Amino acid sequence: MKKLSARRRHPLAALVVLLLALACTGGLYAVFAPTSPAKADETAQSLTIEEGKKLYSVGCASCHGTGGQGTSDGPSLVGVGAAAVDFQVGTGRMPAATSQGPQVPAKKNIYSQAEIDQLAAYIASLGAGPSVPTEEQYGPEGADIAEGGELFRTNCAQCHNFTGKGGALTHGKYAPTLEGVSAKHLYEAMQTGPQNMPSFPDTTLSEENKKDIIAYLDAVNSDKTESPGGLELGGLGPVSEGLFGWIFGLGGLIAVAVWVAARTAKAKKS
Amino acid sequence: MSSQDIPEENLPAEHAGRDEHGHDAVSVPDDKHPFADPGLPPHEHRVQDVDERAAKRSERSVALLFTVSMLATVAFIAAFVAIPVDKSVFIFPLGHISALNFALGMTLGIALFCIGAGAVHWARTLMSDVEVADERHAIAATPEVREKVFADFKQGAKESALGRRKLIRNTMLGALTLVPLSGVVLLRDLGPLPGTKLRHTLWSKGKLLVNMNTNEPLRPSDVAVGSLTFAKPEGLEEHDHEFQNEIAKAALMIVRIQPENIKDKRELEWSHEGIVAYSKICTHVGCPISLYEQQTHHVLCPCHQSTFDLSDGARVIFGPAGHALPQLRIGVNDEGYLEALGDFEEPVGPAFWERG
Repeated sequence: MKKLSARRRHPLAALVVLLLALACTGGLYAVFAPTSPAKADETAQSLTIEEGKKLYSVGCASCHGTGGQGTSDGPSLVGVGAAAVDFQVGTGRMPAATSQGPQVPAKKNIYSQAEIDQLAAYIASLGAGPSVPTEEQYGPEGADIAEGGELFRTNCAQCHNFTGKGGALTHGKYAPTLEGVSAKHLYEAMQTGPQNMPSFPDTTLSEENKKDIIAYLDAVNSDKTESPGGLELGGLGPVSEGLFGWIFGLGGLIAVAVWVAARTAKAKKS
Repeated sequence: MSSQDIPEENLPAEHAGRDEHGHDAVSVPDDKHPFADPGLPPHEHRVQDVDERAAKRSERSVALLFTVSMLATVAFIAAFVAIPVDKSVFIFPLGHISALNFALGMTLGIALFCIGAGAVHWARTLMSDVEVADERHAIAATPEVREKVFADFKQGAKESALGRRKLIRNTMLGALTLVPLSGVVLLRDLGPLPGTKLRHTLWSKGKLLVNMNTNEPLRPSDVAVGSLTFAKPEGLEEHDHEFQNEIAKAALMIVRIQPENIKDKRELEWSHEGIVAYSKICTHVGCPISLYEQQTHHVLCPCHQSTFDLSDGARVIFGPAGHALPQLRIGVNDEGYLEALGDFEEPVGPAFWERG
């Protein structure tokens, strides 16, 4: 130690220390830093955004503006996040044919999932927003269907009906049926609040809550849903059932009563 | 078509006695009846009346229907015993339904339907279908009967001696007058009057706004613009005895509107950074109202379509509601949680006589 200390003022001491420090830093960097894949990811990501921007300028820019800032025909997309894009384009609502009319309906989706991802990446790059949920977030594992039912009736049933059959709103607007909507799109709709639907962010409806709601919908409103009574009449409640009863039930009884009392067949010329 | 086409020997016996049924009883007009009575059209016979083989066929059809009904009842009992209650089957177009429900419904339906169909077929093809005219008779009794009834009544009144024994008459009248009082007193059970219960809710100064979904108190940062949240007052739990009574008045709907989009001055004052808290109970007949459109800030009541504008003091813009939704004045406490700054200023829910 004494020997080393004695040479600390040697002209080459600073150089030796510097070299040692550089070697250490370099070594640590080599150990810890993610190397080539990271670079590739970054490039891929920026490529995706580039592709998304191209798709955007063809399909979206006429209404939402060239930089997503919005125009009189469409709202700003800054900060809506990838989840909103995945929902709107994935359900065919966007691109909308026109901004007229009470609301934009779901229709056939014309983009591939890869193209939607590119668009989503571009919009997400404009401003931070909710990202596309993962299978883990919306999948059925560990979901509580009963709890989901309670949450659905508190938060969603007022517009979408108790089993998600949909319902009417004001001035031609409506809450669409949730039958056949994929779990991912359900999650994204809750997260982002498309069109006139309010959003239910994680701060007020937690990730776990959303998962429960999706599991509940899968139980009560999917092609494997059991309906012990059969013939649900659209699940629209007592009004539609009453109408059916009055028109077809009573109408059928009246028709039969008329037939019973009608003239019977008479003997014909033999 | 007419009975003349049937060979004479095949016609049943009643054809000869047509006059009994009044078929040919045609009257001529006179002073009392200015219009001639055309009588019933001539009776026509069915195949079963003239052809014994057809009648036999009908008989067999009726018997078959009744037999099917018996078999269906047996099948009903068999289905009840054999099919497990939780078995589910897919039947187009009904979907996945309970096998037991379907089997019981179908067999019982067939059993009942076949009894009815058999009876109807029997009546239409085999029972007599000869039209019968039945004359109405006068409603008023004969003068002799009327006289006797009045005489009996007078006799009874005299024998009761009600006019002579005044004590009995007066006490009886007293008793009959007092009896309805019991009914009047029972009306008391409609009360007691609600007092000030309709004017107060559980909200008071300093009570935190608790998210109905997570059961956690809300912070301003939790409530995003365009989101919809439902809240209850701190300390009210779902298993509480009075929960339903209290939440029916205290239920709260929380939305966040950009402050510059709030048109009503008082609403802005009572909000916290654009977070507004409104009663969730419709002021028309008290339905829970929360069909919130986040772009128009309109809230629609599902019962009678009353529409409120949450960006303008929740004023009524459509429908039968008579009052704007009451707003709860909110703020933030020292720990950064949303809190009520008092109770609602006006009664929540539907109007009532003394509301003012």
